[in-house]
Amino acid sequence: MKRSGTEGFELTARPWLRRLLVSRWPQWSLMAVALAFFAYVVLAGFFGTPVGNRNIAITLVWIAWWAALVLVLVPVGGRLWCSICPIPAPGEWLQRGGLMASDGRRTRGLKRRWPRRLRSLWLQNAGFLALALFSAVILTTPRVTAWVLLGLVLLAVAVSLVFERRAFCRYLCPVGGFIGIYALAAPLALRVRDPDVCRTHPTKDCYRGNAQGFGCPWMTYPGTLDRNADCGLCLECLRTCPLDNVTVVLQPLGADLGPRRGRPPLSIDEAYKGFILLAAALVYGAVMMGPWSALKDAAFQVGSGPWFLYAAGLLLLALLLLPGLYLLAAWIGDRLARRPAGGLRRGFLLAATGLIPLGLGGWIAFSLGFLFANGSYVLSTLSDPLGWGWDLLGTAGLAWRPALTGLVPALQGAALVAGLAWATRLTSRAFAETTESRRAALRRAAPVLLLQAALGAALMGVML
Amino acid sequence: MSLPRAASLTLLALALAALVAPWPFTSPAVGERVVRLTARQFAFDPPQVEVAQGERVVLELTSADVVHGLYLDGYDIELKVDPGQRARASFIADQVGTFRMRCSVTCGPLHPFMIGELKVRPAGGGARILLGASLATLAGLVGLRDDDEALRD
Repeated sequence: MKRSGTEGFELTARPWLRRLLVSRWPQWSLMAVALAFFAYVVLAGFFGTPVGNRNIAITLVWIAWWAALVLVLVPVGGRLWCSICPIPAPGEWLQRGGLMASDGRRTRGLKRRWPRRLRSLWLQNAGFLALALFSAVILTTPRVTAWVLLGLVLLAVAVSLVFERRAFCRYLCPVGGFIGIYALAAPLALRVRDPDVCRTHPTKDCYRGNAQGFGCPWMTYPGTLDRNADCGLCLECLRTCPLDNVTVVLQPLGADLGPRRGRPPLSIDEAYKGFILLAAALVYGAVMMGPWSALKDAAFQVGSGPWFLYAAGLLLLALLLLPGLYLLAAWIGDRLARRPAGGLRRGFLLAATGLIPLGLGGWIAFSLGFLFANGSYVLSTLSDPLGWGWDLLGTAGLAWRPALTGLVPALQGAALVAGLAWATRLTSRAFAETTESRRAALRRAAPVLLLQAALGAALMGVML
Repeated sequence: MSLPRAASLTLLALALAALVAPWPFTSPAVGERVVRLTARQFAFDPPQVEVAQGERVVLELTSADVVHGLYLDGYDIELKVDPGQRARASFIADQVGTFRMRCSVTCGPLHPFMIGELKVRPAGGGARILLGASLATLAGLVGLRDDDEALRD
């Protein structure tokens, strides 16, 4: 395969694949199917049995979809799910004035620009934390799951009518924040072949849109795109580029996690996303896979005294304790390296690089345990989706049985070990590339590596 | 394959082995151990049980509220019990590790998370985790040398 201007193998060099991706039909069809399932799930949540593991709203979303997202789609495809996600679809169709509209010069709604002050992950961080506090209820109560999903669609529609493009996906969607930060580790990427071609191209169709497609819905200028978090893989730029300069590549794992022109790979809001997700992996592991019933009760009894303690603990861990420990490690590293250039802020952000593979390893281990323990509920609810006694596929009576219980701990261990090793390597590399001497880099990184190893051990203790 | 890459992969394999492979530094124990468990929404009491490798374990399950079940990961053992009744199963604890005990009968909203733990590991589990985390960190550091060699090339 042809090697692209960016690092990686160019998938779109294959004409049949390029044609498939440029055509709107395959992507639209997948999105429509996803939307149909979405509507089905919401209806099941409202009208089906309130018993979570007997209702397809819970089993399809929180067992099947979540496992597919964390185990395959994000690690391999990055934001691939975002390209067919049904949540923004109704709003986008209203904004574009049609189900299959393709003329990017015509859009509807107020088309306001998203406020500059809110162009960060902070709202997504707050949204994810808000959902995380109620996760034990959301994951077990079909009606609550339905309300959450419906609420996200309604919010996406409202935002689409007021603001331009996919402001909801880029700045509000709590799941989008999760996907985006871990997409930085994924090999699938959209890039331009030659940035110079874009620089000298006067009309910038990829950003403004033309008769063939819409300007980047993610408000990213593809000509300078160098990280997966900023691209929703909607492929509009592949359709609009008149110079055939946009391509889809398979790049080396974690290519987006190296220092960017000497700057740390993560911004402060992204680092906090990493802290929040690592904290959530630890707490979810303890609540949902651990033997501590008081913790489970506290997480489930929303509004009770123990729940407030649980919520305070989660917030404290995500927003103060983990960032505080990283700040302390970065500060000690700076002292050991005798105050290197860039100061503590840079050291803190470099240290946060390892959060991505470490957290991703934790989420993969968590999802493996959850999928193989509860996967048989998916099969039974496919036959009896509402818990009304149907047997559509003959699998309704399938007894619950966890699968591969002897193998799963080894798979979880592999995910955690690989995540920690990768985090160590990335963090060391990030310090080495931005510190004057190798010796100073090692001193600067050492406290952070110790902290990462301790957090990796904590994940192993909770998950295994 | 370069030497650092091979060393890094070897260390990764050792880290994984330290976490999940049978622990060689223990001598199988013999004897019988009766473990009495009470199931209630949504916990087993006691939540964690530790037995010695090689022991014959007799699980006795009772329920304090509704119908519950117990499925023991790794050993493929299942019990079901009505409130006020008692169910028993016995087995030889020949596999070392931490095995989850899960409720196997839908018993309420948190049923999928009704989990207990059976630990079969005479040697400290902490030692495994410490060794696993250390080896994984070392693997990452050794892997760096592979990057360096690639850069030099």
